[in-house]
Amino acid sequence: MTRMSWFNTVSLTLGFAFLYVPMLILVIFSFNDGKLVTVWAGFSTKWYGELMQNEAFLNAAWVTIKVAVVSSTIATVLGTMAAYVLVRGGRFMGRTLFSGMIYAPLVMPEVITGLSLLLLFIGIGLDRGVLTIILAHTTFSMCYVSVVVSSRLMTFDRSLEEAALDLGCSAAQAFRLVTLPIIAPAVISGWLLAFTLSLDDLVIASFTSGPAATTLPIKIYSAVRLGVSPEINALSTIMIAIVTIGVITASLVNKRQLVRQQRDEQAAVRS
Amino acid sequence: MTSPVFEPWNDPEAKPLIEFQNVTKRFGSFTAIDDLTIGIYEKEFFALLGPSGCGKTTMMRMLAGFDTPTEGAIFLAGQNMAPVPPNKRATNMMFQSYALFPHLSIWDNIAFGLKREGMPKPDIEARVDEMLRLTRLEKFARRKPHQISGGQRQRVALARSLAKHPKLLLLDEPLGALDKKLRQDTQFELMDIQEKTGTTFVIVTHDQEEAMTVASRVAVMDNGKIIQVSTPDRIYENPNSVYVADFIGEVNIIDGTVTPNGPDSYSVAWKDGQPPLNVISPTVFSDGQSCHLAIRPEKVTINAEKPADVDNVVQGKILDIAYLGNISTYHVELPSGVVIKAQSANTRRISRRAFTWEDTVWLSWTATAGVLLAN
Repeated sequence: MTRMSWFNTVSLTLGFAFLYVPMLILVIFSFNDGKLVTVWAGFSTKWYGELMQNEAFLNAAWVTIKVAVVSSTIATVLGTMAAYVLVRGGRFMGRTLFSGMIYAPLVMPEVITGLSLLLLFIGIGLDRGVLTIILAHTTFSMCYVSVVVSSRLMTFDRSLEEAALDLGCSAAQAFRLVTLPIIAPAVISGWLLAFTLSLDDLVIASFTSGPAATTLPIKIYSAVRLGVSPEINALSTIMIAIVTIGVITASLVNKRQLVRQQRDEQAAVRS
Repeated sequence: MTSPVFEPWNDPEAKPLIEFQNVTKRFGSFTAIDDLTIGIYEKEFFALLGPSGCGKTTMMRMLAGFDTPTEGAIFLAGQNMAPVPPNKRATNMMFQSYALFPHLSIWDNIAFGLKREGMPKPDIEARVDEMLRLTRLEKFARRKPHQISGGQRQRVALARSLAKHPKLLLLDEPLGALDKKLRQDTQFELMDIQEKTGTTFVIVTHDQEEAMTVASRVAVMDNGKIIQVSTPDRIYENPNSVYVADFIGEVNIIDGTVTPNGPDSYSVAWKDGQPPLNVISPTVFSDGQSCHLAIRPEKVTINAEKPADVDNVVQGKILDIAYLGNISTYHVELPSGVVIKAQSANTRRISRRAFTWEDTVWLSWTATAGVLLAN
C-alpha cells in the first residue's frame, strides 16, 4: 500500500465529512433514549418501536412505496420506448421537439412542473390522490430513464439488431429477443433511478397529492415543522439503511459480473 | 479424366442467381452505387473488392435488405427483392463485427435463426450439431461469445449464418479482425465450407490477396462502379485499366505513345533518348495514341550483364532493396529518373546475393510481359 500524501488525506477527510457527518448524527440520535433531539440520554430503540405504532407514518410509507413502484415501472416502459425512438427512429417529423421535451423536465424547476401538473389535474377534473401522484412522478422520472437508456443504446452495436432481422426476426422480435436483454442493465438502473426519485420527491408530490394520500416526504416535512422528534430520526435511519443496502447490492452484483466477464475473456484468449 | 470447369459466366444459357439491373443508390447527394449491372451465378464465390467508400458494403447491404436501391432493381432467383424485408429473404449475412448475441450461448446463437422459422425441436438440434461439427466448435457449444477466442467467434458467426441453408451467404470483411496467419488458414476453411455446402458466397473485402485466394470471380470497384469483373488470374494478368492493375498487387506503369509496327505489335515511345519498348497487345491502338504499359515486377528480370536477344532492355542503378524473405524487390532508377521495380526469388542465402545498393544492373522483359492500357 502506498502512503497517501497529506493533500490527499485532507481531501478525503473533507469529502467524507461533508457527505456523511450529518447522516451519522441523525443515525446516532435515532437511538437516543431522551425526548430531546440534541441531548444524548443513553441508548434505546424505543423510537423504532413507537414508529411501528404510528399509523399515519405507516400509511404514508405504504403510499410512497406504491407510488414509487407503479410510477417507476410505467416511467421505465415509456422512457425506454422514447429512448428507442430517439436513437433508432432516424429523422421523423417533430423529432427535435420530442427530444427537447423529453429533456425539459430535467432542467425545469420542480415547482413549475408541479404547478403545471396541478393545473392540468384541476382542469380535467381529476381528484388528487395516489393516481395523480403516480402520473406526476411518471412524467418527470421517464425523462431520467430515457437519458440512461438512450446513452446505452447509442453505444449499442447496431449490427446485432440487423443480425436478428437477417436471421428472420420481425422488428418487434428483434427488440424483445436481442435488444432488450442486452440493454437490460441500463433499463434496470433506469428503473432504480426512477424509483429513488419518486421516493425522494417532496415538491411535485405536495402539488399533486390530496388529503386522501400523503407520501412519506410530505409527512416528514410537515412533522418537522412542528419540531423534530426522535421518531423521525428513526424513520430516516430506516430509509438510509434501505437505500444503502440497495446501492451496495447493486454495485456488488455489477462488480461480480464484471470480474467474471474479464476472467472468462482472459481464459478465452489463453485457450 | 478432366473435371468440368466451373465458369457459368461464360455459358450464355446459365441464368444468374443474383442480378443487379441498373442499380443506383444515393445517400442524400452522395452516390454510393452508380448505375450498376451485374450477374452473380449459383455456387459462385464472388468477391467485391475495392478501397473503403467504393460502394462494396452498400451493394452487400442492398442484397441483405438493409438498404434499398434508389433506382433499378435487384433480382434473386428471378424475384424482384425490392418489397422483401430482410427477415423474409433467403439470404444470410456474416457481419464484420460478427454480431454474435452476447447474452446467448454459442449453441443458442446458431439455433437463433432456426427457432424463428418455427422448425421442430429435434430438427433444430440436429442442424445445430451439424453446424458445430462443420465449424469444429462442438466443445464450445455451451460457452458464451465472450468466453471464446476471436477465431472461434468468427466460426460461430459463419455457422449461424449458414444454419438456415441460405441461397446466398453475404460475408462482410469476414476475416478482417483475425491476424495474418489465422486469416490465411481461415480462407482455405471458407473455401472448403463453400464447396461442401454448395452455397453461393458473396464476400466484401479490401484485401486483394484474400479476394484472389477465395473467389471464383472478383469485381474490382471504385466510386460506386465496377471497373472489372473477372477470374483472379485474369484480373491480375489482364487488368483492363491502370486502376485495376495498380489496385491488385505491385505494378510498374510506364506512360508513352504507341506506334503500330505489325499485327498486334506496337512500339511505345516513352522517354526521350531511350529506345522505344516493344509490346504485343491484343487490344487495338491507333498511331500516336497515348497509353500506359503495366508490367508486374516479377516479370522483369534483373541481370548484372546486358542480356542478349531480349525484346526490351534498360540499364539503371539499384536505389533500394526490399527484402521480404522469400523474394526481394529491387527499385532500379533509370538515367531518365524513372524507377522500375523488379522482383526475384531469393534462391540463394542473403550473404551471397548478387546485387547490392548502387550497383548498375540491366532490366529486361519480353514483349508479352506487360499489358498495354488506354486508361
